[in-house]
This record gives sequence, structure tokens and C-alpha cells, in this order.
Amino acid sequence: MSSPTGRLFPGVRLHVVTGKGGTGKTTVAAALALALAAEGRRTLLMEVEGRQGISQLFDTPPLPYEERRVARGPGGGEVHALAVDPEAALLEYLEMFYNLRRAGSALSRLGAIDFATTIAPGVRDVLLTGKAVESVKRAEGGRARYDAVVMDAPPTGRIARFLNVNAEVAGIARMGPIHSQANSVMAVIHSPRTAVHLVTLLEEMPVQETLDGIGELDAADLPVGAIVVNADRPPVLTSAQQVDALAGTLDRAALAGAVAAADVVTPRHSAVASVVDALLDEARDHAERVALAEQERERLLQAERPVLALPHLASGIDLGALYELADALRSQGFGTPVHP
Amino acid sequence: MTPSLWQGAHRLDVDALLDDPTTRIIVCCGSGGVGKTTTAAAVGVRAAERGRRAVVLTIDPARRLAQSLGLSQLDNTPAAIPGIDTSAGGSLDAMMLDMKRTFDEVVEAHAEPDRAAAILANPFYQALSTSFAGTQEYMAMEKLGQLDRQSQASGSWDLIVVDTPPSRSALDFLDAPKRLGSFLDGRLIRILAAPARAGGRAYVRVLTASLGVFSNVLTKIIGAQVLRDLQTFVASFDTLFGGFRERAERTYALLAAPGTAFLVVAAPEPDALREASYFVERLEQDRMPMAGLVLNRVAPVRLPELSAELAGAGAERLRDGDPGPDSAEALAASLLELHADRMRQATRQHHLADRFVAANPQVPVVAVPALAQDVHDLDGLRLVGAALAERRHAAGTPVPGRR
Repeated sequence: MSSPTGRLFPGVRLHVVTGKGGTGKTTVAAALALALAAEGRRTLLMEVEGRQGISQLFDTPPLPYEERRVARGPGGGEVHALAVDPEAALLEYLEMFYNLRRAGSALSRLGAIDFATTIAPGVRDVLLTGKAVESVKRAEGGRARYDAVVMDAPPTGRIARFLNVNAEVAGIARMGPIHSQANSVMAVIHSPRTAVHLVTLLEEMPVQETLDGIGELDAADLPVGAIVVNADRPPVLTSAQQVDALAGTLDRAALAGAVAAADVVTPRHSAVASVVDALLDEARDHAERVALAEQERERLLQAERPVLALPHLASGIDLGALYELADALRSQGFGTPVHP
Repeated sequence: MTPSLWQGAHRLDVDALLDDPTTRIIVCCGSGGVGKTTTAAAVGVRAAERGRRAVVLTIDPARRLAQSLGLSQLDNTPAAIPGIDTSAGGSLDAMMLDMKRTFDEVVEAHAEPDRAAAILANPFYQALSTSFAGTQEYMAMEKLGQLDRQSQASGSWDLIVVDTPPSRSALDFLDAPKRLGSFLDGRLIRILAAPARAGGRAYVRVLTASLGVFSNVLTKIIGAQVLRDLQTFVASFDTLFGGFRERAERTYALLAAPGTAFLVVAAPEPDALREASYFVERLEQDRMPMAGLVLNRVAPVRLPELSAELAGAGAERLRDGDPGPDSAEALAASLLELHADRMRQATRQHHLADRFVAANPQVPVVAVPALAQDVHDLDGLRLVGAALAERRHAAGTPVPGRR
């Protein structure tokens, strides 16, 4: 899974990012795209759910159905972004393969395009994944237009079905152009050129969904990439302190002495005692969370996939934070290495 | 920390809502991952233990409510939840929506057996009933309507708590049924269905002619066999369409009726609060009864008077003395840094909540502190319920359940 130089996913061109709602899937996809755009590379970050999450993250106007540069990669490089609109993708597809632009707009008026992209089963997914594969394959001046494509994909619960368009479509179209289009898309998605990364928090339910998702992806023979632990909080206590905090046996008197020495007690909160009470409560709370998180991390490690961790950022996510997260990924072997 | 704007907002009184016998339906809505399912379950448990005969309808395919209630499986029909304190005369049933089964039942109830069988076997129906974006929302509405009629008829429940599907947008719950309705009523469907309707009239011939051209294009794109399946599907489904739209409209009206209350659930994150704002706007526009905002998983802060800056400076003073890692000084420094980090997070969350309240001053708010433990049993749900009903704003007050 890693190259001789220890980099993760060296041959992967299409990175599909999924995760349970609320785990920060879009943020992680953006950080991956940035990490892959370092040192003069060019990546495409795609979103497929019409949410405009990318433009909010990069603080740009809403993205049209058009590839735009949204950020520079660290050390030179470019992140382009695209919000894929299934209807526009279908019209583009009709034009590209059937030279049917005029018929396309007639179909659009009849509601056929709406039909094809919302109800005709699998068609929507074929179009979205098809666009990703097209971007991977696109060449320009003898080399690939994009070094990597990162897709902010549907959530974990739907990912296997979303990527496994072949099965969906085969039930409906057993032959014909849609069928062959689906097949050529599947050839890339099932190949080592694709990796599906799963974003999670170290909490019980997201971890369970991640493990279930890996099971479904494996069963569908889809290439599972890394597990990305988002908003990871490094323990602030030593292991001895952690044990005492959990048991409620931290040395209160000694702590009170140290708090007094820290000189944080102002007239507004009358006594050292109240500060110590609050800190002890917070210590126990923290220790409980850490214990739970470590339990969940153990479960993730049993999946035997690379586990990457992104730090929790108390100040929230903005463009600067994305670069910080991209660096964290690079230092864990994802994308190009960080040079000292 | 200075008192925040949102802490001065109207306080959402959940117990008053639950105790009001005219409250018949509570809809928990919000974007994915904000804790809707847990909130719905907690509201159900609290209502039941305060004497309501409640039923919780959950839609989530991850079966999280089942986990939350300590059940391994929920069925498409409500089942009693054991372990509820019924001393106040209440009870709690719960069910999980089986989207396909609900759809199948509607078809079976409205079509002749032969035709129903043909519909159920059609690949387009199978896709529509399992993967069309919006079917889940539509069927959630359908099930809500059924539960409502059932409770009116048999009196088995006096409160229905609805969890909404985990769509990317909270608005999908309101919009999807209409979208499905307008699709089923659309021009394309009418054209495709035309040959199946009574033939001979002139317009049918015109339509058939244009359908010929149209079919050629479609055949070219999707293949002849797909088109045949599609036409069979549309033809056999045709008579049901009107019924579907009417039912969706009836349930939509039920949502706007007195006795319904929407609880908008959001996490104190930019995306979730943005979705919540959209939803609040939409409820007002459609004159739907909104009870208030549940601000879920707010970072609990003890001792808000000790600012991040002061705590950070204190930690630095202690670290300057280069204490050993297990010394009391190092512990105090770590805990002060932890406190500073929490204060920064809380400040950010308060800022986000303030922006929401500034834009929606009329919306009552209740904050539920993040619990250290995951919620997966009745006791956990009772804690969340107690936090929902807490009379003071949670930030700066002890976290429920703490000693």
C-alpha cells in the first residue's frame, strides 16, 4: 500500500472521500486535495451533492459547473474545484458522445433530463463517477491534466452503492451505451488507481459506520484506502495522570498549590478551591473522552488499513487551517513529503 | 467570558411542549450528523415518562435509534420499548421506517393484485422504491400519516415523535415529497403513459408521433429494453399517481396543522447552523409551527470566568519552571491549557450561536451540552432529555449527570 519511499497510495489517481455526516468529510477532502497539490502538482477537488461545501470552505463564490482554481498548493501547485451538476453532466455527455446538444435541450424541456438524473436508477451515479473518471483520464499536452482527483463523495451509508454503479445499472440496462459507459467507469474505480478513504471521529457510532462501510466496500470489491481520524485530540495528561483522573484520585492539595502558583485566581472567581474544582471536573471529563477515543482507535486499527489522524483545531476551519491539515497529512505519508 | 447573545434568547421550554396535551406531533429536523435521532429518542423517552403515550418514528438506515434504545432491531410497525418508567401513565413505542416495505404496502393497498404484482416486479419500481432521492422522505411522510390516522382511530398514542431522514439538507424532508409528486405528474410521464391510456383521440396520435421521435432518441441513449421497462412501469403505475400526490399533500397539511411542532436540531458548527437558518426561514414561509432550536453538543464549560488568556498565561508561568511531567505543576499547566482550549472552542460556538440568534431573534433556543460518553441506552437518553428540559442555559452550568 505504500511505496518504497514510504509514501501512501503512490499509484492512486482518484481519491474518493466518504464519511458519516458531521465527521468533516468535505474538510478532509479539501485537505487531501491540498496535500496532493504540493510541490507543483495540480489536483481537482470535486463535489457531487450540490452543497457548495467547497466554495464555503475556500471562501469563494458558489462554484458553477466549471473547473476553477480555488487555492495554491503548499510550495507551489494548484487545487482546482468543480461542483458536478448531474443535469449539466448529462447534457455534456450527450454532446460529447452523441453530438446531441440540441436534442439535449429539447429533452430538458420535456423533463427527460430531470428524469434521467433523478429517477432513472444508477444514471445519476454513472454520470457523477463518470465525470470523476473522465477528469482522471484527461490529458493535456502529453501529460495528465490532473495529477490527482479528489471526490467529496456521498456519506458512508451510501458509498458502496454509489460507486458500484455497475450492479445498479446492470439491472436496468443489460446492454447499450449506458451499459458500456458504466463498464468503463467501473474499470477505473475497481482498479488500484482508485482509493476510497473513510473519515471518522473517535466516537462509537461514526467508528461503527466506518467499519460497516469498509465491510461493504470489501464485499463490493472496491479499493479501500485510509481511515482518516478527524478532530483528533492528543491526550494532555501523562498516563499516570490519566489513570488518576479517571479514578478521581488526582492529588487535590498539590494541584491547589500549583494553581495558586500559576496566579490565575482573580477577584472575579473568589477562591483557588473553585478553580481546582473546575479543573478536576474538566480533567475527569477529558480522561473519559480519551479513554473512549483510545478504545475506538483500537477498533479502527483492527481493520488493518492505514490510519491517518488530523488534529482538532479549537479555532475552527478556515483556509489557513486547511493548510495545517494538509501538512499533517503530508507528514503522515500522504501526498508529497514536507521538506524541512 | 461575557454573556452571549444567544443566552439571552427565548428559552425553549421542552417540558411545557411535552406536557401540553394539544401537542400531537413533534418533528425533529436538521442536517446530517447533528444528533436528530438521539434527540427524537430522548424526547420520546421524556414524554413517555411524563405521562404521554408516545411513539417514535425513526428513518435512519444506520439503525442508530435501535442502538440508542438498546434494541437490536426495529420493525416497520411500532413495538413497545421496555424499561420505560410508566408510573406517570405513559408509554413508549418505537419503529423504524422500512422504506421499500412502506412503498410496497401503498401499492398493494391501491392496485388490483395482478397489477400490484406487475408493479412490484418492474425494475423501475424497484429502483424508485429503494434508491430514488426523495422516496425516503416521501415514505416518512406516508408513515407519519398512517401513524396519525391509527392513533386517531385507536387512541393508542397521543404523541408522535418523528425523526427525519439523514439528508444533506434539512429542507429535503419538506421538498422531496413534492418533487416526487411533480415528477409523477410531469410531462414526460404523461407522454410515456399516453399510449397506455384510452387511444383513438387526436391528441394521442400527435403525442404518439412525437413519442416516436422521442423514443428514438431515448433508445439511442438508454437502449430499447430500458425504454420498454420504463413504459410498462409508467403504464401500470399511472392510476396510482394521483393518489400519491393527494396523500403527500394531506400529510404536508398535517405538518402545518396546530398540534404539530418542529424542533430544529443543529450542532454548533457553521454548516449545521446555516442549514438550521434555512429551515427556520422555510417553516416561517410555509407557516409551519416551529417550537425552537436544539443546539446540540455544546462544549460544556466550567468556570467561564477563567478566560482562555488567563489560563494560558498561568500554564506558561508554570511551564517556565520546567516541572517534571508527573509533577503537580505540570498537571496544573496541562489542565489550564485544557481549560483554555475549551474556552476557545466555547467562544467560537457561542459566536456561531449568536449569529443564528441575531438573524432569528424570535426562535426559542435550548443548548444541550456534549456528553463525555456516547448515548446508547435509556439512561443516556434520560440525561439528554433532562438537558433539553434544563431551565437555565447549559453553558457555564454543570453538565447533567456529573457528580
